[in-house]
Amino acid sequence: MEVLLFLAASLRISVPYALAAVGASFSERGGVINIALEGIMLHGALAYTLAAYWSGDPWLGLAAAVLAGVLTAALHALVTVGFKADQITSGLGINLLAAGLTRFVLIQVFHSSSNSPRVVGLPEWDLLGLRRIPALGPTIAAPLMLIAIALTLGAQWLVFRSVFGLRLRSLGERPEAAASLGLSVPLYRTLGVLLSGALAGLAGAWLASEQHCFTDGMTNGRGYIAIAAMIVGKWSPLGAAAACLLFGAAEALQITLQGSGFPSEPLQMLPYLVTMLALAGFIGRAVPPRAVGVPYDPEKH
Amino acid sequence: MSAAPGAVHVPPAARAPGPPARAALLRSLAPLIAVAVSLAIGAVFILAIGEDPLAIYGLILRESLGTGYGIGQTLFRATPLVFTGLAVALGFRAGLFNIGVEGQLYLGGFAAALVGLAVGGWPAALALPLTIAAAAAAGALWGAIPGVLKARFGAHEVINTIMLNFVAFALASYLGRPHFEPATVRTAELAPGVHLPRLEGLLPALHGSPANLSLVIALATAAGVAVLLFRTRFGFELRAVGLNAPAAACGGIAVGRVQALAMAISGAIAGLGGVNFVLGYKHFFELGFTAGAGFLGIAVALIGRNHPIGVIVAALFFGALSSGGLVINQRVPKELVEALQGIVILLAISAHEVLDRIARRMR
Repeated sequence: MEVLLFLAASLRISVPYALAAVGASFSERGGVINIALEGIMLHGALAYTLAAYWSGDPWLGLAAAVLAGVLTAALHALVTVGFKADQITSGLGINLLAAGLTRFVLIQVFHSSSNSPRVVGLPEWDLLGLRRIPALGPTIAAPLMLIAIALTLGAQWLVFRSVFGLRLRSLGERPEAAASLGLSVPLYRTLGVLLSGALAGLAGAWLASEQHCFTDGMTNGRGYIAIAAMIVGKWSPLGAAAACLLFGAAEALQITLQGSGFPSEPLQMLPYLVTMLALAGFIGRAVPPRAVGVPYDPEKH
Repeated sequence: MSAAPGAVHVPPAARAPGPPARAALLRSLAPLIAVAVSLAIGAVFILAIGEDPLAIYGLILRESLGTGYGIGQTLFRATPLVFTGLAVALGFRAGLFNIGVEGQLYLGGFAAALVGLAVGGWPAALALPLTIAAAAAAGALWGAIPGVLKARFGAHEVINTIMLNFVAFALASYLGRPHFEPATVRTAELAPGVHLPRLEGLLPALHGSPANLSLVIALATAAGVAVLLFRTRFGFELRAVGLNAPAAACGGIAVGRVQALAMAISGAIAGLGGVNFVLGYKHFFELGFTAGAGFLGIAVALIGRNHPIGVIVAALFFGALSSGGLVINQRVPKELVEALQGIVILLAISAHEVLDRIARRMR
């Protein structure tokens, strides 16, 4: 039972990471680094809260979160694909913007600089009686949990088995070659970024729905952990989700050990250290797509 | 080069700008356009919540630059930004993106506090330089790690510096706990011997503001960076690596060594920034004291176009916005200023690319 409860906690913690990390693999496979995930998640969480607060309908909240995610990602796409500016700088700019803007809205709408009033969370789905599995039931019955699992599997198929995925990957490796075959590099890259925005928006919705409110800075670095997981997972959706489970388990262990006298910081550092080791080639070689981070500019070729 | 009397001598810069000069001029407009447009966007937000943008901006200007206290606040807030802006700019010059400035600044302040606590009883002439050096050393170490990983394994410094930021936060919390005051997340107060004096002692007009001697260290660092970049052999190598690493390698420059050193120096500058808060203002280390000053350094470097003088000007601009933001907080949430900082970054890089394209067409 203890083990099952621990597993349930790990799964719950992993969901937002996995959604954002799976999304990031779309963006990066197409050649666009998406450090803006942190800000996109924050916008998603706020949009969920606002829509759920005004309408009382959590599904409307979910839709609003996806919309906010896509719109924020569109800004990233405009700057990086449209204007061909540096992707990392753009991502950081969006994260700064989101941190300020969400607090601004929080103060204007809810007259609080720390949190919103309570809003409804997403209801449970009792599919096939999954709800009755001991300990794990409530976690598995969360709609976004099921959606995250389905999206991960779907994304793995889409990236590695579909025509769209082949095209997307080709322009993350050699955009000139893809363009010479008549593919629109800007179109596909934009699609990759927007997809990652939609998923990161969902991740934000999960956070707000779980906590039943929006709190200032509630993403708390999760967007960066998602990027790390995607790297450890070698730019594949399944690998990214697996890394998220590992990171989620480390965090669950941290919570379990709270109050036991064992310091939590070493476990806190774990995801970051694992990522650095993976990047340096100590845990298998993490090789990024060849053209990731490089704006595609035919004029410069 | 003296012109003969009567001859019309026109220095090169004063001639009608030819296409290359005009293109360079055009590119240098990007930061100004970015600032102007983001202030306009800010005005829309201010209008949306029913305030008068001109009045609000006027208030920011008056309160941040119109009084001695306001100027002091602006200088105080600009000080860490000079350090972090310089750190990012030096990295950019070497073709490296140091996003780890936040963590390096953080550990710099942490090291200064720990060493300051240890040597507080020593003579100030010895203790103060040692404490300041500790800040730089901690930052240098934290910058060197991604630098070496890049040089040795080709690991991307952007991801590693992001990861190291989070490791730094956890590390300071872990190592600091035994030194924290009961039930707080801050260390005990440092002995007066390791305090950096406030500028109000020298300039009474700044009375009451926390601007301190760190500003002088910041300006000296800016001068040092300028000399290093433009007047030394290493600076030449650093810029060569930044412009074209393969070509620099062909020219016999040890690219890996330059990159690792550049990251260490960048980290040292960032770490040094920690003294503003720890030695010059609060006289203790507190978890979370950096409050994004490291990330804002990226905006400062962008707007300052990676030049030490530009960095100082940009740091003053952001410092003024931040000290003015406090004053308007009653009428317009100061968070608007934070959002505008992000918008400035997005606009600066976009405007740069657009102007660059136009400039290339002019040739």
